[in-house]
Amino acid sequence: MTKFIDLTLNGISTGAIYAAVALALVLIWRSTRIVNFAQGAMLMFTTFIASAVLNGGGSYVLAFVVALAAGLALGGVIERVVVRPVENAPPLNAVILTLGLYTLLVAIAGMIWGNTPRSFPAAFSLRGYRVGGTNLLFTPNDTFTVLVVIAVAVALALLFRRTSLGLRMRASAFAPEVARLLGVRVGRMLTLGWALAAMTGALAGVLVAPSVFLGPNSFDPILIIGFVAAVLGGLDSPPGAVIGGVVLGLALSYVSGYEGSALVPLAALVILVVVLMVRPTGLFAATRERRV
Amino acid sequence: MLTIEELTTDYGPIRAVDGVSLKVPEGSVTAVLGANGAGKTTLLRTICGLVRPTSGRVKVEGEDITRWAVEEIVRFGVAHVPEGRGVIAELTVQENLRLGGLWRGREAMPIREIFDLFPRLEERSGQPASRLSGGERQMLSIGRALMGRPRALLLDEPSLGLAPVLVAQIMSMVRRLADTLGLAVLLVEQNARSALSIANHGVVLNLGQVVVEQEPSKLVADERLLHAYLGF
Repeated sequence: MTKFIDLTLNGISTGAIYAAVALALVLIWRSTRIVNFAQGAMLMFTTFIASAVLNGGGSYVLAFVVALAAGLALGGVIERVVVRPVENAPPLNAVILTLGLYTLLVAIAGMIWGNTPRSFPAAFSLRGYRVGGTNLLFTPNDTFTVLVVIAVAVALALLFRRTSLGLRMRASAFAPEVARLLGVRVGRMLTLGWALAAMTGALAGVLVAPSVFLGPNSFDPILIIGFVAAVLGGLDSPPGAVIGGVVLGLALSYVSGYEGSALVPLAALVILVVVLMVRPTGLFAATRERRV
Repeated sequence: MLTIEELTTDYGPIRAVDGVSLKVPEGSVTAVLGANGAGKTTLLRTICGLVRPTSGRVKVEGEDITRWAVEEIVRFGVAHVPEGRGVIAELTVQENLRLGGLWRGREAMPIREIFDLFPRLEERSGQPASRLSGGERQMLSIGRALMGRPRALLLDEPSLGLAPVLVAQIMSMVRRLADTLGLAVLLVEQNARSALSIANHGVVLNLGQVVVEQEPSKLVADERLLHAYLGF
């Protein structure tokens, strides 16, 4: 029973990270219909920047804020400079472009910071809470992770649902031409969408770095699992991405705990295949509303 | 108010709009008639910047807006109600309306006034626009365009697919808007009779060119002409 509780708690905290990655992918898919394969490299890059701040003597809080700001800037610049020219081109162009961007960012990071993985500190203690004489597999740092992801998800939901900026962004995503006819500066909204997505990704990077170490390629598995979570949630739905992330976190935690951690990537891919076969629109896709 | 000078638009080798000149004064309705493929929709899409013209100019109150970006043209007060009722299906009726007025900031028309104009929209304000009927979508598109208090309104086939009663309602509404708000309305229609019933000027387009420009009353009476260019 303790093991089950442990695995559940662990699944929730890793699920929160997958949720953040999935959210980053979904925000970009929704606004520009591009699957951002460079997301893993982008969040690796911003985490390296945070690590540089820490090495330079900055506090954890400063490094955290710098990582998010760097994500915001990186996402915005990439959309404006690199992605904008292919936005109206065939979808394959954008796919190849994000793959190229991935390679480029990984190479640049390796040149600047080296290819040897380094450690990255956690915000809070990594010693599990003590309950009734045993240590739970849930740490103060996990609490921090879950709370931060919830906060960001809620903030994004409020932005999209409650503000006029969010209304403009949704309109630009759903119907760019009509949005332009209503005076919405769609280009800016797309830039902002990429910036927010990259910021959410940067958040995931800083949160997951303590457990995977920090190297140019160390976040690739997280991106793959985040992608599965996004597909599980429907690729189109931010709430779906969050739920998909948590569901996947739990599922993979049980697989890892009961069957062995070697099976985790396999299990993620099995889930991906099953979702695509049984319910290709994902669990929470809003596409049924799209028929006009 | 809205002046179009020698406007020409090509789609590759096809000349869709060919040297069209028009004037739409404030508070008046100009009806542009023509069969399918006459270039009516392209004319509107060129005016509002969705399509780039090959040559010619579009002026609004003396300002040359020909090469402006779509959103800047809209922000200058030219509202386009696209064909096929371009409501955003995923947003609610109220969100669609709000969106239309956002660029005007505080000077946007209060949503209340749109609801007074179209009471049906108020009943449905919280529902997604995907649930609206064809007529309601048309009302929403027009109401949404009005939210930004435009000076000129470009209407693309508002009667398309609507019951005759609704067409009459929408047409008299357009007339009233031109009279009360001083809007310059450019109304593109295949439904010649209902469009001419409210228009101050009538223009017939054929293969992208203006072939007739006349008083609406004379146009309606000219059976031979309507038959030749509009097919009835």
